[in-house]
Amino acid sequence: MGLEIAFWALAIVGVVAALAVVLLRDVFRAALSLVLCFLAVAGIYVTLSADFLAAVQVLVYVGAISVLIILAIMLTREVQRGSPSNRLRLPAFVVAILFFGAVVFAMVNTPWQVVDVPPLEPTTSALAFKLFGEGGFILPVEIAPVLLLAAILGAIVLVREK
Amino acid sequence: MSIGLEHYLILSAILFSIGLYGALAKRNAIVILMSIELMLNAVNIAMVAFSRYIVPLLLTGQVFALFIMVVAAAEVAVGLAIIIAIYRSRETIDATEVNLMKW
Repeated sequence: MGLEIAFWALAIVGVVAALAVVLLRDVFRAALSLVLCFLAVAGIYVTLSADFLAAVQVLVYVGAISVLIILAIMLTREVQRGSPSNRLRLPAFVVAILFFGAVVFAMVNTPWQVVDVPPLEPTTSALAFKLFGEGGFILPVEIAPVLLLAAILGAIVLVREK
Repeated sequence: MSIGLEHYLILSAILFSIGLYGALAKRNAIVILMSIELMLNAVNIAMVAFSRYIVPLLLTGQVFALFIMVVAAAEVAVGLAIIIAIYRSRETIDATEVNLMKW
């Protein structure tokens, strides 16, 4: 029962915050509601008993990415112009609704093989074995820092004064 | 009615559609980037929900969600650097006015 209340509360908060991101005129307020949406998603992870991912979500998204986005908003002084829509507003709305309909149609008509097993808790050590253990994901784990290093170097090169 | 896989998948689809609308219909490049972050989060919810309900003991979906977070962090860093570089040279981040490479 508690899980259901938590799910519905978090889902409503997340969807309203996501709508605010695309509908608010003020870019800064849109960024703040994006932070709220990230927090709601972290709560959704908790209801899915993914505790480690919830912590990572708060650290990476709420902590780092939102700060980067707010910093960029401050640096570009585009706040005064707001967040207007372009000429494709109506087609974009239609495309989004059609995509939503197609995805929901596919989801409802797929016979998911749901297993009735209680999930692993806590997940941290199991995830570590999965990532670093025998037959795990050690190669992607090694590639990910290379990608991050390349991204950091690219960002520095892009914003450096000529 | 208990919460099942479909609830999480539909929530994920709603968030993804909102992000898709924002990414297609907004002018401000930072708002477009924020909408892309919304879409990545929606995909992560679907991944974790599959992991919880279909393979609860394998955690494969959670591993994929972790890698999506890594890629999202790299993407935000490079994307915001590109936006700041564009702002520096053109004094605007309106995606409809940045048409240097438009045919």
